[in-house]
Amino acid sequence: MDDEVIIGLEIHCQLNKLNSKLFCGCSTKHHEAEPNTHTCPVCLGLPGALPVINKKAVEYTIMVGLALNCQIAEHTQFYRKNYYYPDLPRGFQITQYDYPIAADGIITVDTDGHERTIRIRRVHMEEDPGRLVHQGSIETSKFVLVDYNRSGMPLIEVVTEPDLRSPKEARRFINKLRNILEYLDVFDGSLPGALRVDANISLRGGARAEVKNISSYKGVERALLFEISRQQNMKRRGVKVVQETRHYDDERNCTITLRSKEQAEEYRYFPEADLVPLSVSGWQHALKEKLPELPDAKRERFKGQYGISDNHAKVLTAEIRVANYYEYVASKIDPLLAATWVADYLKGELNYRDRDIRDAFGPDKMVYILQQFRSGVITDKGAVEVIRTLLDEGVSPNGEPRSEPQDVIRNKNLARVESDVTRTACAEVLKENVAAIADFRSGKAQALNYLVGMVMKKTRGRADPAEVNLLLRELLECT
Amino acid sequence: MITEKDVEHIGSLACVDLTDQETELFAKQFNSILEYFKELDGVNTENVEPTYHVIGLTNVFREDVADESLPQEAALANTAKKEKGFIKGPRIV
Repeated sequence: MDDEVIIGLEIHCQLNKLNSKLFCGCSTKHHEAEPNTHTCPVCLGLPGALPVINKKAVEYTIMVGLALNCQIAEHTQFYRKNYYYPDLPRGFQITQYDYPIAADGIITVDTDGHERTIRIRRVHMEEDPGRLVHQGSIETSKFVLVDYNRSGMPLIEVVTEPDLRSPKEARRFINKLRNILEYLDVFDGSLPGALRVDANISLRGGARAEVKNISSYKGVERALLFEISRQQNMKRRGVKVVQETRHYDDERNCTITLRSKEQAEEYRYFPEADLVPLSVSGWQHALKEKLPELPDAKRERFKGQYGISDNHAKVLTAEIRVANYYEYVASKIDPLLAATWVADYLKGELNYRDRDIRDAFGPDKMVYILQQFRSGVITDKGAVEVIRTLLDEGVSPNGEPRSEPQDVIRNKNLARVESDVTRTACAEVLKENVAAIADFRSGKAQALNYLVGMVMKKTRGRADPAEVNLLLRELLECT
Repeated sequence: MITEKDVEHIGSLACVDLTDQETELFAKQFNSILEYFKELDGVNTENVEPTYHVIGLTNVFREDVADESLPQEAALANTAKKEKGFIKGPRIV
């Protein structure tokens, strides 16, 4: 287990915020569409069709390059990468080769307890191939079904240096990249097929395997863990790891070797004569002006402006939607209180449900809940209950409109009980728990906690625990 | 020098089956073409940038506007085998 693990990633992200494909005017909005309904002579590879570059795709790629601290190339151009595969109707993919649009960047990734700098080798543009649907698994299917709706979708490929040292670090790197792209508003990572990863993995001193076809965020860590243990097992048995391309099977969670014929990486790249070269480095100054505040800068600003902890600032700025949500809440109510409730409670409840902040209720409702909590109408337990109820109602399939927080407070009877009700409950609990009183009097402080718990139970969480504590002490002293 | 083995290899990359006669013929033809292009080796190209494109244009773009696509029947018109709107192809691994 002491082998040092070396991982480099090639991450393909669809620039799915664009309206049209990379080289033709077919719409990029085909996720719900019938197969082969978003195609034209260009993306079907019909003879004589002429590709023309989508200007905005180039702007987006330069923005990504700048956000990843890359150098933008003076001269950049496209190449044909030749191979035969049913997803590629022309027999070649239009991509970039020795003049990528951006290169030599870095981003930092938080790993356990410290930050690491990961070098970015290059960022280039290319077209997505079509989508293949296999009947059964890739090994056993008799034929493939091909949908060219995806053919020609604008992709960027981000290639790292082999700087990552664990599957967890790789996952964090990918999350950070996704978050940066979503900050730039060039990418929506929640759409199917938006992100695909190829990973190069080796144990220090051994040959590397390239694992292709990782297509989910969770799949990255799983595929890498599988591949590392495969290589470790081989090493332990004294078998040499050979350099090869392996295919990740998400359903079975393993990597399989592809026949060597498919590995002949002779792509015979040559310049794409149908596209003229690009000279766009001059755009970078104007685009730099347009770059939004990025996660690291926002994290520092949040700490300074709102006085929140580094950890809260990190959680709140990772995703742009969470950051915007927080800033709305913090503009209406104490920013420290807002940080705790958005970062810890709301984010925690969303993570537990494996959901996105887009599926949560609006920030105005969060403000209302916190106002009710602050003014003592509901307890913190009550506030959590409102959040949970609203989130759970959000997924109800009957299409009913979500409740307002005030409805939940009323319907679930969450309003904090009046002091005299609390006092009655305290008195009843004392009557019912004589043993605990004796424990308390004999110096066992935790007996009081037990009694507070019993009162909270009796009032179904609607009493204020601090008030209960005081009342119990008062009652215990005068009896 | 292009050998018959090179021709077979190029044929397999292009997914083309070649007969022995074709392989022999193409090897000869490749070699005569390369022989002809050897003329260029006599030209001094030191300090000359490679030519990637001959028309001297740069930066030809289109705006990011979505147009009409082909109807599905038209997209599938040239395929021999189809199924449920997909093009059906042979297994690939």
